Amino acid sequence: MNYLRHVLDHLRKDLRLEWRSRDSINGMLFFALLVVVVFGLAFDPTSYPTTTRQISGGILWVALLFASITALNQSWARELRNQVLEAQRMAPSPASALFLGKAIANMLFVLVVEAVLAPIFIVFFNLHALGNLWLLTLILPLGTWALVVNGTFFAALGLRARNRELLLPLLLLPISLPALLAMVQATTGVLTADLDSIQIGIWIKQLAGYDIIFTTICILLFETVLNAE
Amino acid sequence: MEQHTPTPRNIAWLWFGIAIAVLAVGFREAIFLTPADAAQGDVGRIFYYHVPIAMLCLLFPYLNFAASLAYLFWRRRDPLKALTADAFALASAEVAVVYTSITLLSGMIWGRAAWGIWWAWDPRLTSVLLLWLLYVSYLMLRRFSSTGQSQTLAAVLSVFAAVDVPIVYMSIRWWRTQHPAPVFFGGPGAGMDKSMLPAFFWNLAGWGIWGIFVLLFRFALERRRQLAEQEHALQTIEASLEIPQ
Repeated sequence: MNYLRHVLDHLRKDLRLEWRSRDSINGMLFFALLVVVVFGLAFDPTSYPTTTRQISGGILWVALLFASITALNQSWARELRNQVLEAQRMAPSPASALFLGKAIANMLFVLVVEAVLAPIFIVFFNLHALGNLWLLTLILPLGTWALVVNGTFFAALGLRARNRELLLPLLLLPISLPALLAMVQATTGVLTADLDSIQIGIWIKQLAGYDIIFTTICILLFETVLNAE
Repeated sequence: MEQHTPTPRNIAWLWFGIAIAVLAVGFREAIFLTPADAAQGDVGRIFYYHVPIAMLCLLFPYLNFAASLAYLFWRRRDPLKALTADAFALASAEVAVVYTSITLLSGMIWGRAAWGIWWAWDPRLTSVLLLWLLYVSYLMLRRFSSTGQSQTLAAVLSVFAAVDVPIVYMSIRWWRTQHPAPVFFGGPGAGMDKSMLPAFFWNLAGWGIWGIFVLLFRFALERRRQLAEQEHALQTIEASLEIPQ
């Protein structure tokens, strides 16, 4: 319970910082919106509803992936100012609590972006989902956590690197590809109703398994990364 | 320093000579002695290079993972051993990238000749491509991260990559098996004719010996770089101690 309190403290701190500046959410939201608009210009989604259903799962996740990458770097760069990170390293609270608090905060930010983006997406792409839309309430959080947990970890890993803005996508994308595959397939399956519910269920289970495995590794290795010198 | 004594150097030369000799025998077997493939003709001979290298490129990531775990274990306990493990991890990652690249390139050439297309998103090709991406990103991290901590960060990333590889493999298998089976999927190897075996095994042995040679060569090089760096650091410290007088 002590551990949980540390996590909540870190989470509260990150939420408060974000509430005061609102940098991450605004940046992500606008970025994701731009990606959606660019794809909309490229494909003319209103004229080809079938194609739109087939590709919009991929577009949605690409937009969210790139948008979250822009925010993940900032979330650690905040800690660098005034040597806050050094203070965190000296603090007696477990290092993984810091990580979990930040990952959960980032998760909440991306979920807010998703909640705003989804209606815009449906309007701009004139999207009529054929499958069971409620499944998206399971797929979206699981997929977001897969991106955010590894993203938060690799953002911390590249924090002191020479060009960390570039390094994060280079590390995050190859590791996340199986998760991306699962979330894009599951989302497309829901939108087009091409996959039956068992197949979508297996993709969701894979995503959940990916989340569990990588959350565990991140928690185990975070202290090593934080004190890597 | 052990690299300067004559014996390891002689062993290295001997090993190099064996690699060249075995590769020469393998070349002769594959190109001249084995009859041409019934279905593919002479194009099928790339099999003797593509398949052994593809099998070997799956070996080096394991070495990298083992060395990275050893590094993480010794990092605080025995820094000198940890440095050795790190040099080995770097060398094996580089050889893994080279072998995976050769697998991909030779596969593309073969695919162009046999299937008519350079690339197909089938399970094996995709998983090897993702393997390549993972280890290229590992080398990128080593290049970009600042000097003091790049070994630790690289070791951590290597653990992630090693965990990711089986997941990639399983998910891609699942992804493609729900689609109809690819039309172009009939390479040899399912049942190998007896006349193909000598060429195959000579090349497998040859490229294995060659890979180990390159790996150890790179390892020795990296060790020398580390030792030179330590020497330099030591001299800097000594010089700084002399100045105050």
